[in-house]
Amino acid sequence: MNLQEYQSRELFKKFGIPVVDGSVASSVEEALKIAETLGYSVVVKAQVLTGGRGKSGGVKIANNEEELKEKVSKILSMEIKGLKVNKVLIAKAVQIKKEFYVGFTVDRSSKRNVLIVSSEGGVEIEEVAKNDPEKILKVSLDPLLGMFSYQAKNASMFLTPNKDVISKISTILEQLFRLYISIDANLVEINPLALLSDGSVVALDAKIVVDDNALFRHPEIETMRELTEEEKLEIEAKSKGFTYIKLNGSIGCLVNGAGLAMATMDLVKLLGGSPANFLDIGGSSNPEKVASAIEMILRDKNVKAILINIFGGITRCDDVANGLLEAIKKVKVEIPIVVRLTGTNEDIAKKILENTPLIYVDSMVDGVSKVVELVNRG
Amino acid sequence: MSILIDEETRVVVQGITGRDGSFHTKSMKDYGTKVVAGVTPFKGGEYVFDIPIFNSVEEAVKSVQADTSIIFVPAKFAVDAMFEAINAGIKLVVTITEGVPVQDMIKVNEFANLKGTKIIGPNCPGIISVGKAKVGIMPHSIFKKGVVGVISRSGTLTYEIVKHISDSGLGVSTAVGIGGDPIIGMKFIDVLKGFEKDEETKAVVLVGEIGGSDEEDAADYIEKHFNKPVVSFIAGRASPPGKRMGHAGAIVQAGTRTADEKIAYLESKGIKVANIPNEIVKLLKDVM
Repeated sequence: MNLQEYQSRELFKKFGIPVVDGSVASSVEEALKIAETLGYSVVVKAQVLTGGRGKSGGVKIANNEEELKEKVSKILSMEIKGLKVNKVLIAKAVQIKKEFYVGFTVDRSSKRNVLIVSSEGGVEIEEVAKNDPEKILKVSLDPLLGMFSYQAKNASMFLTPNKDVISKISTILEQLFRLYISIDANLVEINPLALLSDGSVVALDAKIVVDDNALFRHPEIETMRELTEEEKLEIEAKSKGFTYIKLNGSIGCLVNGAGLAMATMDLVKLLGGSPANFLDIGGSSNPEKVASAIEMILRDKNVKAILINIFGGITRCDDVANGLLEAIKKVKVEIPIVVRLTGTNEDIAKKILENTPLIYVDSMVDGVSKVVELVNRG
Repeated sequence: MSILIDEETRVVVQGITGRDGSFHTKSMKDYGTKVVAGVTPFKGGEYVFDIPIFNSVEEAVKSVQADTSIIFVPAKFAVDAMFEAINAGIKLVVTITEGVPVQDMIKVNEFANLKGTKIIGPNCPGIISVGKAKVGIMPHSIFKKGVVGVISRSGTLTYEIVKHISDSGLGVSTAVGIGGDPIIGMKFIDVLKGFEKDEETKAVVLVGEIGGSDEEDAADYIEKHFNKPVVSFIAGRASPPGKRMGHAGAIVQAGTRTADEKIAYLESKGIKVANIPNEIVKLLKDVM
């Protein structure tokens, strides 16, 4: 789960990490009030969960009321990379002397947490890694004991020779690591961490990704979730026991298992079709679950045909077949449905689906070829 | 010979009385696996399918010499179950449970390393050494005995590929589902080391997907150290970046390769990659 910048800032404050004064607004009026207390100039930042907000025009400086009105109303009417901007952060503008990057994340290869710092802040860290790898320091942290103070100090010394700044950054790193661990994050990132002209060091941005698997022990974070329309569908699917991700194609896919679901989409694309969604029905599926999955696929009006690809292990083919029958009774299905069921109880399933309009095929390749042919023929 | 498990493996099932736990216990036992114990707190002394239940893993190890554990307990308790198994001296822990927090797995892995325990999973279908033992949840009827070792990050996609390998007559020696999470126990390389020494295994199929760089790490290892032919299938070519495709670990993030880039990397190391699952058989026959 990704947190918005303004939410991450609140967590930073709680853990003693300095941020510039500011607050979040969802209207011009609110923005004006905040700016009045802060005093001009202020920075207006779109609150959307994507990188490159600055480049897309989602970050602007306002030097007075007039400018603020104009910029806030403009940003609040924007879409950035397909995401609607509903909120803006209004923050005090500051004089920056130097920008750094600091962050903690999970390194899959070493199975450890790592601290990453760079003297090149304010730009994408992946770019720095590609072009100036010597400007990045990666510190591997002990899985059981965490980060030692000397590691924070050494990392800070890598960033600057200034003793006072080193001590400020080390403290921030220790606080940031405490936050990282205590909320079960997969990523916390300050980019940029800025040295200001008055000598203070503050976080000018805040990015946090929390591990979805750990949300059960962080109900306070779960409540921060702000859903886009697509995510609402994903959450609804999850509550019904399957995984759904909307894509832009015309072939609805219903598969059991994430790997097979991906491979099915790949084959659809390879044979000249385009998948409308990723849908993993999961293990031990009951008929109701299959019916609600079909119903969700059909809500997408771009879908011209549905492909069902089940390799039964824990998932029983007869359960899926019964769910399909239920679904086509409940919702009027006017598009072709191609079905491939292999594995546990496939013979019973085949019988159940006899004399129905469903198109039964024997293999994954046959199923995908058939559904692509049906859609491309129109 | 086989890798990780065989007919002598003595299995304890953690969470044996749950719905999935009991269903798959029966299936493992039917396959011929020596399931010697189950563990469910407060149910010690009872039996499931004639298998004695104990209150703790330690008791199961002391009383019936269990050496391998399979975990079905819910995600909230799975980590504790792994620590319990490791501390009880279990040598191999297979965690089927999905949804285990990443920070917990970081600790479990380190602790297991220190104690000399191997971990498979979480969020995996387990292990099958064909004709000998199954410590997992795969439908075993599709596994015909043969010479191909299989390592995979996914479940049903493995079954799809295995079915083709079985139907072709080549058959499978051992199949290991290592799991779809970002932080897992044994990875491709760890399992490859086992297949290198296994006389039954003549070739290996590596089933990978988007997310992370384990497939690339494995390719580097294979190029330098692995002497049997390897072919591969990589899922996720049609998956958009930034989206988690079902598996917690299956996501193309900034700085990691897309499926096409992964495939290109593997092929640059001499590993042929199938476009569709049934092509695996042809590739295997070409290299064997």
